[in-house]
Formats: sequence, C-alpha cells, structure tokens
Amino acid sequence: MEWETVIGLEIHAQLATRSKIFSGSATAYGAEPNTQADLVDLGYPGVLPVLNGEAVRMAVRFGLAIGARIAPRSVFARKNYFYPDLPKGYQISQYELPIVAEGALEIVLDDGTRKRIGITRAHLEEDAGKSLHEGLPGVSGIDLNRAGTPLIEIVSEPDMRSAKEAVAYMKKVHTLVRYLEICDGNMQEGSFRCDANVSVRRKGADKFGTRAEIKNLNSFRYVEKAINFEVERQIELIESGGKVVQETRLYDPDKGETRSMRSKEEANDYRYFPDPDLLPVAVGPEVIESLRATLPELPDEKAARFVREHGLSEYDAGVLTASRELGAYYEDVVRIVGHDPKLCANWVMGDLAAFLNRDNLEVGQSKVGSAALAGLVTRIVDATISGKIAKEVFEAMWETGDGADAVIEQKGLRQITDTGAIEAAIDEVMAKNPGQLADYRSGKDKLFGFFVGQVMKATGGKANPAQLNELLKKKLAG
Amino acid sequence: MSLSRTDIENIARLARLELSEAEIPVYADSLSRIFAFVGDLERAPTEGITPMAHPLPGLSQRLRPDEVTETDRRDLYQRNAPRVEAGLYLVPKVIE
Amino acid sequence: MTALPSLPAPTVAGLARGLARGEYSSVELTRACLARIAAGQPALNAFVTVTDESALAAAAAADAARAAGHAGALTGVPIAHKDIFCTEGVLTTCGSKMLSGFVSPYDATVVRGLKAAGTVMLGKLNMDEFAMGSSNETSFFGPVRNPWDPTKVPGGSSGGSAAAVAARLAPAATATDTGGSIRQPAALCGITGIKPTYGRVSRYGMIAFASSLDQGGLITVSAEDAALLLGPMSGFDPRDSTSVDSPVPDYAATLGDSLEGLTIGLVREFFDKGLDGDCGQRVREAIAVYERLGAKVREVSCPNLPLSVPTYYVVAPAECSSNLARFDGVRFGHRCESPRNLADLYCRSRGEGFGAEVKRRIMTGTYVLSAGYFDAYYLKAQRVRQLISADFARAFGECDLLLGPTAPTTAFGIGEKNDDPITMYLNDIYTIGANLAGLPAMSIPCGFAGGLPVGLQLIGPHFSEARMLNAAHRYQQETDWHLRVPSAWA
Repeated sequence: MEWETVIGLEIHAQLATRSKIFSGSATAYGAEPNTQADLVDLGYPGVLPVLNGEAVRMAVRFGLAIGARIAPRSVFARKNYFYPDLPKGYQISQYELPIVAEGALEIVLDDGTRKRIGITRAHLEEDAGKSLHEGLPGVSGIDLNRAGTPLIEIVSEPDMRSAKEAVAYMKKVHTLVRYLEICDGNMQEGSFRCDANVSVRRKGADKFGTRAEIKNLNSFRYVEKAINFEVERQIELIESGGKVVQETRLYDPDKGETRSMRSKEEANDYRYFPDPDLLPVAVGPEVIESLRATLPELPDEKAARFVREHGLSEYDAGVLTASRELGAYYEDVVRIVGHDPKLCANWVMGDLAAFLNRDNLEVGQSKVGSAALAGLVTRIVDATISGKIAKEVFEAMWETGDGADAVIEQKGLRQITDTGAIEAAIDEVMAKNPGQLADYRSGKDKLFGFFVGQVMKATGGKANPAQLNELLKKKLAG
Repeated sequence: MSLSRTDIENIARLARLELSEAEIPVYADSLSRIFAFVGDLERAPTEGITPMAHPLPGLSQRLRPDEVTETDRRDLYQRNAPRVEAGLYLVPKVIE
Repeated sequence: MTALPSLPAPTVAGLARGLARGEYSSVELTRACLARIAAGQPALNAFVTVTDESALAAAAAADAARAAGHAGALTGVPIAHKDIFCTEGVLTTCGSKMLSGFVSPYDATVVRGLKAAGTVMLGKLNMDEFAMGSSNETSFFGPVRNPWDPTKVPGGSSGGSAAAVAARLAPAATATDTGGSIRQPAALCGITGIKPTYGRVSRYGMIAFASSLDQGGLITVSAEDAALLLGPMSGFDPRDSTSVDSPVPDYAATLGDSLEGLTIGLVREFFDKGLDGDCGQRVREAIAVYERLGAKVREVSCPNLPLSVPTYYVVAPAECSSNLARFDGVRFGHRCESPRNLADLYCRSRGEGFGAEVKRRIMTGTYVLSAGYFDAYYLKAQRVRQLISADFARAFGECDLLLGPTAPTTAFGIGEKNDDPITMYLNDIYTIGANLAGLPAMSIPCGFAGGLPVGLQLIGPHFSEARMLNAAHRYQQETDWHLRVPSAWA
C-alpha cells in the first residue's frame, strides 16, 4: 500500500525587538531568571498591555515579503489556559483577524523543480516563560524572562509531502526572517522553532488523515527526524489496524522518537475572545507602502539576479543567497576581483564554506574576509599562483590571518613564469628519464602527463601550467 | 436552561476552581437561574449587527516605541510570591 | 462611640478654601478624619486599611509645601481610595482573601494623579470582592453598613467609598463602576457619584473586573467636589491602551453655566414597573427643579435597554473569568497549603482564595466563552450591546442629557437579597446601560423615601462630563439633599 504524507508547519519566530511586545522589559537572552520580567510580564493585578510598534512593523514586513494580504484592522484575542509559564492565565494572540494572511513561498525540490507552499496566516503573539526542572527535586522553577517576547506564528497550508520538503520550507522561512532582520534565527536559543502537523493518507485519498502535532522542534535535523519517525509510526499503527488519535506529541531527540504529551491531553477549550485591554490594530496603505520601501532585496530576487548578472547556475545562486551575509560576501569578492564571478562563487562555496563549516562559524565571523579572498582569487586570475597552490595559500590565510600576497611571498609560492627556469627544469627531467623520453618519442603520447608531473614536482608545483605545457611539448618533440 | 452537576464540575475544572460537595448543587441552581435569565437575549433581533467589543467606536490601538524602560526589580516583585528559590517561582513538578 | 470631631467644612471645596486661608492645617484636618474613621470603623466597616502614619506624614508635607508657596487647589485635602486601586507599599486587597496579604509594588495612575495634586491618602476602602456585588456583602472583610441605617446595605461594589463619604469619615473617595458600582452606592448613601466616560480615567493599577466596562471615578459630597477631583485623575495614560488622548477640560470652570436651553431626555424604560413609587416620585420632583432652571424635558425611548442586565451578565463574567485567571497562587496572592500537584495548586488556591460570588461569575463567564456556547451567549450579548449603544446614540440626537432613577429602590436590608442572584443583579438595571455604551453618568441625591436617600441619575454622551457636572451642580445649588448627613454622623 502506498502512503502519502501531509505536513503543515507552525513556525514561531521571535521578533528581534529590543523590548517586549506588551511591556518595556528587555528581550535579551540569557539573563538571570526573572530579572527581565516586569509587572506586565508577571501579570500583576491592575497592569495593562501596550503594544510595541516595532513588532507590528516587523510582522507587516514579513507579510509583504511573502506576498500576503496585510489586514487593515487586526485584533488581539485572549487564548485562555492555565500553565505555570503563562502568568496571566491567557496568552495574548491573534485569532480571527490576524495581521498577515494568504501568502506563499517557493521551495526547490531535489529534482530542481519549484513548489509553492501556501502560508495561511502569520499572527503576532506573546511568548510564554520557561519551566525549569533540573536540580529542583519535586518542583519546577518558573522563569518569566521570555514571557512577553514578541513572536510571529507563521502557519503554513498542509502543502508539504515529505520531511525534506518541510525542512526546505522551514529553511526558506529561516532565510527570509534573517534577510528581513526581524528574527535572529538562533535555533539553539529558541528564537526560531516550529510545531509540525503530520498525517498520512493512502495515495489518491481526497481526505486528510488524522493529524498529530509535534511540538517545539528547534533544529532542522529534529524536524526531519521527528517527521520521519511520526510518519512511520502512523503508517505502522494504521496498517496494524489501529487509529491515529489527534494529539500533541513531543520529540525526544535522545531516543529519536515522538511521544504523547499527557499534560496537554486534557481537552483544550481555549475560550478565545477579543482582548478588551487592546484596541484593533490599524495598518493603513501609507504605512504599508513606507514599509514596503524598507524591504531589502529578497533571497529569490537576489538569486535570480546572480544567475542573470554573474552567470551562475540556479543551484549556486541558491546556495550563495542562503543568507544575506553570504550573498553580500560573495558580491564583495566579485566586485573587488572585477571579473570571473563563477571562479569567485566556487571559492566562496568551496574552500570558504568548508572552513566555516569546520570551525562552526558564520560568514560574518570568517577568518578570511571578502577582500582577502578577492586578493587570493586575483592572484589565481593573474597567474601568480595556480588554483592548486591557492588552496594551500587559503589555508595559511585562514590560520594566520595574513593576506594572499604575504603568504605567497613568505612561502615562496609564486608561480614560475620565467621561461628559462621552466626550460631548465624540463631539461633536468628529460636528462633523468631517458627511457621515458625514448618511449614518448616513439609514439607513447600518454607519457606527456608523466613529464608534466615530474616537472611540477621539481618546481614544487609552481610552474605555470600553460607555459609548462607549451614548452614541454616543444622540448619533447626534440 | 438547566445545568447539571456534571456541567458544573466541567466548568469548575476548566476554571480551576475546587468546589466542595455542598457547593456543587448551589452553583448548579444559581447558574441555571442566571442562564434562564440571560436566555432573554435570544429574542433580541441582532441579524446583521456587529458584535461590540469596545465601548468607544472607531478607535485603534496606539503603538509604543520599542524602548526598554524597565529595570530589574525582581526582589521587590517577588516579595508577594508565596514560594521562590534562586529567583525562580516554584510550583509542583510540571510534567510534560 | 467616642466623641466625634466634626470636619470644619462639609465639602472638599470648602476644606480646600479653609486650608488655603490657613484656617486649619492639613495635619489638623487629617487628624480629624482619622479620628472619625477610628470611631466609625466598628459600626460601618468602611475601611480595610487605615494608613494613619503615612497620612499624617503626607499632611505634614502638604502643610510644608503650602508654607513654601507650592500649594495647589487640592494640597492637603484628605481622601481615601477604594481598595481596588493599587497603592505602592500599602495593602491592596480588592476585598478578597486572594489578595489579603498583597502589598502593591506600584501606584495606580489614579492614585498617582491625586497624590501629585497634593491630596492625602487616609486609607483603603472596603468593597465587594473584586467589585462583584451590589451590596458590599461579598467582601472578605465583612459587609459595610449604611450610615443612614446600619441594618441596610450601602450598595456596592464601592460600598466602603459611599459609606465613608456619607458618614464624613473622608471628604471624598475614589471608586470604580463596572455596572453601577459608583452610582448605586452613591444613591443608597445619599451622596454624589460620577462614573466618567470609558477611557477618560486610566485603568492602569485598577484591578480589573471587566475590562471593557470598568471605569474609575469618584464618590463625593457634591458635584463641585467631583469637578475639582476629576481633573487630576483623568487624562491620557500611555500605560492604558484604552485611555483616550483628548484634553481634560477644567470641569470646575463651567459648573455655574446656565441650563437654559438644555434638553433633558426622560428614558421611558427607566420608569418601569420595578421602580419603587416613592423613588419615582422623588425623581419626578427633581425633573421639576430642572424645568424651573430652564431645561426642556422630553421623553425618549431606548427600547433595548431592558436587555442591559442579561447582556451585562454575559459580557462582564466572560471578561472576569479571564481577568481573574492570573490569581493562581504562583507569583502573588493566596496559595493553598501543600499542593499535591499543579492542578491541586490551582484549584485549591483559587477555590479557597475566591468567595462565592466571584466563583459564580468566573464559572458563568467560563461557560459563556466555552466551545459551543460562545456564539449563543458571548457574541449574542455583544450584538445586543451594540443595539443598546445605538439606542443611546439615537436618544442623544434628541437631547443633551438623560435623566432617571439610579436604583429601583432605596437601600435594602443586609442579607435580604442573597438567596437569588438575579434579584441582586436587578439592582443595577438602570445603571448598567451606561457601562455597556461607555457613557459618563452620575448619581446625585434627590430626596428621601422612608427615611433613606434616593438617587437621581444623569447620563451624558461620551466625554460630556463638564456638561453633566454643570447640570448636577446647578441642581445642588437649588437643593440641599447632598448636604444631609445621617444624624449619628453629624
């Protein structure tokens, strides 16, 4: 029996405001417990929420970036439930009238085709605090520093059909929010996380299966693993005669499995109603237009431009626009070198990416800056060094922080372009290998490569390959 | 409209209110009276009428500048807290 | 009862003049109030907390400011606050066991405004628990008694405010009104009460009952006193998104304006079969006074107004069920002993901390918001609320102010209406409409029935406080009902 997976994601992105959505407390991560929780965050008697305008503007910018409809009037509602990390006994969120509705993003599938993922809505809400359990026998400790941090919850349509698609979509949103500078995207700190709604159905069925919601996935890897586990679980369950129940599940990364969250199983009745402490949020056309003007070049636009202007493949353009910083770095290199954008792209995506990855650094923290890399590429282009030597130079630049020229000088890696010197090396090699020379001259053309290798060895790899080829051909011909 | 014992128990659970055995029938009786009384609303012709969530029409939400105005006053705010340890509010173990 | 020192003037206006002329100091005046409070407390139970020491310190500071030439119109005038307003460093109970140990770390905007104007806080006034009640019998701190007859209720929920001012324990008091909680006790205690337009007075620091209905106001002897005190407690507050950013007029400046040409509307629905005959008669006599003052009187109709009580008993409990969810025994307030688990912590802390009426309203509100009932109750009620508002708007197309009774009867006996919640709720039948529509409204004394005071209600269009105070003041210049003091407290 063939099964089809249906996935929708609810992504929670913390907005990068300085202060909270309804209070003047700081949103900085990692402060001592409850030192960034003011009376509003604590839900003290008598206090009232006042909306942070920057959070509204960030949500609108997101909506514009996904081609969505911006509600001229959106409404905050209360979602009522009791939980220790929810100080007021309700979460201020948007329910019936969200600020952003009906947008979409495109993802690229493995076969290179594009797929549109619908975004039902994105709404503003406040984050909850945290319950801590470690080192507290029999009790939990509540830290409300995170309570009231602004979030946008981005709700997709159930448009994804595999864990891979879900990850591609989540990465796309992740890229976008960082381009817009509305979220730092830090998944370890929980700034960007998602709930996945997963169901399966028999291929060709027109109705969706019963879905399970996997809560609080905070890495791309977990999203993929949790969805794959859940899909297997559901298929096995149905095939063995069972039924999927609609429930909330938690992914346990240590065990690599999802399990039912009993505490949230109790029938939820959130009793949403408009928050009487807040008035409808109006976003007029002039506000929308002024915010539209602040949008940066978005990833898809930038990638298309890289293809057009720099002659890159779609794949390369996609990789180089994965973050605004990487795209900027690449364009800096191209601008300084002045030509050979494809070669620049290879270096950024190749050695640079490998070293960043090895040392777990962001492009902004690179030990070889864009100007330095451009210096290196320039030396390849002007034939000072070969591409192969350049790899050695790059590594030295990374370790020492020196520029390409300094490394080339120090290590004496400058390419030999002096005809006399190359000829001398060729003569020496020919003299040392009379047998191979005779064989070559009697028609074994394949030995040409052997002579190239020997001369390169003799020159420490520094002979200019084109010159070497030419001179060697002449000399071998006799 | 009449509310049963089960109705009252369900509402009390949703509202996180412990009721004594003696209280349940009292609330069942008084809430039944209230809902019978409130049932008068049914007769009002409200087709096409927008629900009124705010007493002042036409106003919209004012936006606050994104500024940090609050400083750490944890010690003061936690003076009212029944149980605190190491700056954390303590509750019985939260099971997820 | 020990000998009762009398206050040197019957009104805030008079006391302010005496202080300004140096006839007495704020410390002397404050001492007199504190003595009256001490004497009155056993009989009336109007106060939850008396802040003797800080009151005398504030009075001394007021006297010093005056000596230094920095006195304002209200410098040194003692007042008391309803215990729903948060007061920094002072117990703030909201009449509940839940908050019986709660010391607020901050001042409500109203408290701050009146402090900045130089007033001296005498203490915190008893009230129905979380302002839910019409008789002040739901307070955790025991019922307040009516100074005109201690077997009667003072009305509620601002019963402590009304009793304290009626017995002249405090010259004036703050109060709040969600469905009549200022006007009804003012009527039952024979004094003046004003509920301003929704959004006129900041709700910041006023412990919420029903956020879309709650509004802070005053209980005073006279309309003039209300005009003097309303300014400093009004105005835009950046901490309250629902407070309105429009200038606060000088309410005292227009008190004496002529009422010639004023059109008063008598709401037909206010003169229903529930209205006590004598109370109705007093209201009609008041109408005659207005006609003598040059006002034109006409009848208007608000046909949906009879639905205001059922509408209110959906909307207010719905909001309260959510507003009171924060009282969970974790960060402040009552916490049960040795909770077995989280659910037990919540259920017992709340079950023990809240009184019967509060629990009833929380359950009513929880129910009307719950799945399957939201449309039938909550949305329906908000639609009827729209109709009621439209009725008022139409009426104000024909007249400047509406006039009618404040309450259907005079003060009733303590314990008399506790069997059926509906009987109690119907006390607010004439007052609730103004809350649903966000309108400013007042109650002023207009005579007696059976030896107990009767209140006359004025309702105006949004932000018409100045005109309403003007109309009340002119009536009070023609009458002296507001100056009558129960003999025991004279």
